[in-house]
Amino acid sequence: MKKTLAHQPARREFLKASAAIGGGLTLGCGPLGVFAQGAKPDAGVEINAWVVIRPDDGIVIRYARSEMGQGSMTSAPMLVAEELECDWRRVKVEYASANANVKRKRAWGDMAAVGSRTIRNSQEYLRKAGATAREMLIAAAAQQWKVPASECTAQNSFITHGPSKRRVSYGKVADAAAKLEAPKEVKLKEPKAWKLIGKPVKRFDIPDTVMGRQVYGIDTQLPGMLYAAVAQCPVFGGKVKAMDAAKVEGRRGIVKVLNVETFVAVVADNWWRAKEALRDVHIDWDVGANGNASTASLMEFYRAGLDAKEDIAVSRKDGDFDQAFGAAAKKLEAEYYTPYLAHACMEPMGCTAVVKDGKVDVWTSTQNAEASLAAAAATAGVPLENVEVHRVQLGGGFGRRGGAQDFVRQGVAIAKAMEGTPVKMLWSREEDTQHDFYRPASLIRVKAGLDDSGNPLAWYSRVASTSIFSTLVRLPLKPPFSPVEGVDPQSVASLHDLPHSIPNVKIEYAQRNAFVPVGFWRTVGHSQNPFVRESFLDEIAAASGKDPYEFRRALLQKSPKDLAILETTAKAAGWGSPLPAGVFRGIAETEGYGSYTAAVAELSVDKNGEVTIRRLVLGIDPGYAVNPDNIQAQLQGSAVFMLTAMFWGEITIKDGRVEQSNFHDYRMMRLREMPKVETVIAATGGFWGGVGEPGQASIAPAICNAIFAATGKRIRSLPLKNHGLTLA
Amino acid sequence: MIELTVNGKKHNVDVEPEMPLLWVLRDVLDVKGPKFGCGIAQCGACTVHLNGEPVRSCSVPVSAAAGQKVLTIEGLAQKGQLHPVQRAWIDNEVPQCGYCQSGQIMAAVALLARNPSPSDKDIDAAMTNICRCGTYARIRTAIHAAAKSPKSAKA
Repeated sequence: MKKTLAHQPARREFLKASAAIGGGLTLGCGPLGVFAQGAKPDAGVEINAWVVIRPDDGIVIRYARSEMGQGSMTSAPMLVAEELECDWRRVKVEYASANANVKRKRAWGDMAAVGSRTIRNSQEYLRKAGATAREMLIAAAAQQWKVPASECTAQNSFITHGPSKRRVSYGKVADAAAKLEAPKEVKLKEPKAWKLIGKPVKRFDIPDTVMGRQVYGIDTQLPGMLYAAVAQCPVFGGKVKAMDAAKVEGRRGIVKVLNVETFVAVVADNWWRAKEALRDVHIDWDVGANGNASTASLMEFYRAGLDAKEDIAVSRKDGDFDQAFGAAAKKLEAEYYTPYLAHACMEPMGCTAVVKDGKVDVWTSTQNAEASLAAAAATAGVPLENVEVHRVQLGGGFGRRGGAQDFVRQGVAIAKAMEGTPVKMLWSREEDTQHDFYRPASLIRVKAGLDDSGNPLAWYSRVASTSIFSTLVRLPLKPPFSPVEGVDPQSVASLHDLPHSIPNVKIEYAQRNAFVPVGFWRTVGHSQNPFVRESFLDEIAAASGKDPYEFRRALLQKSPKDLAILETTAKAAGWGSPLPAGVFRGIAETEGYGSYTAAVAELSVDKNGEVTIRRLVLGIDPGYAVNPDNIQAQLQGSAVFMLTAMFWGEITIKDGRVEQSNFHDYRMMRLREMPKVETVIAATGGFWGGVGEPGQASIAPAICNAIFAATGKRIRSLPLKNHGLTLA
Repeated sequence: MIELTVNGKKHNVDVEPEMPLLWVLRDVLDVKGPKFGCGIAQCGACTVHLNGEPVRSCSVPVSAAAGQKVLTIEGLAQKGQLHPVQRAWIDNEVPQCGYCQSGQIMAAVALLARNPSPSDKDIDAAMTNICRCGTYARIRTAIHAAAKSPKSAKA
């Protein structure tokens, strides 16, 4: 049986599911290898890959990507339903199968929930799927009535023949509709005709969560399942030299200790026993070449990138920066630094797998079920079509569970060693913190040349950092993917696309790939470069004696969308209006993930360095706002994610190892520190932007600019704890 | 054998006395609402009630719960009626990924049981669980809403 989420689960369903909670088999899909693929009686008729209609008029809309709290499991089906003209109250959402996606030539397309792109990259084919199904249902009804389809309309899961007023429900004609050929062209609704898009719609997954019956990867339960705890070499790139498990042999519950070359796994009859035993397994690590590396040596490496004359890629060149800077009446130069950051998903990395008879079943919290499937197939050495990745809710993702599939390779390697037995592999928080694919650290030099009136004529940035695309994705940095050969677009995001009217611009990238693994984060380059860009713009405004808002407005006259969100947000925040004594404002604006965002912070800083944020106003223009309540939630969440990072977030390296290990030394923001966040959703229409990540981009610079206004101290590196500042 | 009452049902478990309550619930009794987040009582994802008091079950040895009453998120709804805190969580669309939310809800239920109309400061002090998605603003709103709900006093 596929997991189906009811829009408003009936009480009866709730009690039934409660009784079965933990039964991964009852809630998950039928496994491929160990058990026969579960047939679905009374499953309804598939009109197309996205739409299934049941005889009782129940509507099943399939969802291909992942749900990790970003709300796309609700907003993506809204796009299908908008065109399908179905009764939203009868809609259930079902995950599309990754295995079926392989076998059906990617009928569901890209399954990755990454880069805030679920809506913007799939909106067109999802709306077309809904419209196509609607046209087929109308055609089937028209054939039945022997009338022209043009005389029929569809609404609320019913087809009506205008002249005769006859009505028939979708469920009655679904069988006939499924047999028709799909129309090649369908006309999509005009935005003004939308009934569902733009309305605050309740998320499907919330009732399950609140009742404690949501199933995450960690909750997978299979008959005869064993549990594995793992230890990886504390120095990145190291491996097991020797292992002695004599101390745990014969201990209660311990089944096997595996040396899997790059890690050791203890397999036991519950996870706690496995984890406890792991401490008593003596592992001699071959730490490799990086055993002496430190944060200081990494900084040196990046600094050399800032100063280098060679191995530099010029990402953007407008006019002649060198000439204009040389001739400038006033010159500004600064260096900014942002540290490595861990993801710290609340659910640690894990993977449950069964390898049997050349088939693999995987249950894992993944942002990319297709990538997990490929990683599982490669690890087990079986064809793609012999693998299923069973879909579960993710306990946070934030980019950790998409590009890197290390946890799936581990889980499947263990299951392969235990062939025939399901094994649930789970990391401790310490493993999770110390074996992440971190948001890259970056060192950035910026320069600006101003004329006599303080107008910037020349802008320069050079970013030195590790490229995610070349080290993790292993994608050659070449056009059209990269703006210029040798440039990682994430590394120069929001600098390369600087929208301000400055005639001479030079943006450079020093790709300096260090040994610390890096990966995508909730807002990658946009979590660091806007901090630099918008703080340095503030430095220029201050040096010119200009109001930071008016200064930006003047430079954005030719970038109307940037200008509009800046103005809308400033207006909502009351920029320029009087403030109580000791309270100061800061402002910033950026574009990212297809959306425009701005932030205004109002804060005070006391003599102990306690920062009290009175108000944080966040504005976003995502083009079309599909589910406004969810956008508000994403902006509120963005504030927490970025405040946590900017005040405390820092992964440091000593002896090649990550120094932080758990929440006591990798600090997370708590409820008592949550400031008042006001959200302004200023959707101007005409485009589809992301909402999960872009809201973060403007927060750090807006707050640091307000801190400058309050204290005269310019913040050029994060986190703020290193400047003696904390969140009150 | 250690005897435990979980959500009103008696169990006898044959485990080491030092095994954390969380792992007895999850891996032995198949009660998976309480979640593992840190293992050191920092995040609160594993929060359950032990005789009505919120505890971080990852750091409570099962022997300390012997013969006592454990309540988890699964036992919160009574006779098919959601607890007012659960109702408020749904009405205010609080969860995002939801992983921390069973712990957040159990912490909120315990707060309201001893303080039926908490101030913002009371909420600040009681709600120390970590939410990585950032649902704090809505948690606060939902606690105030649950406090105003007529049934909350009986919960």
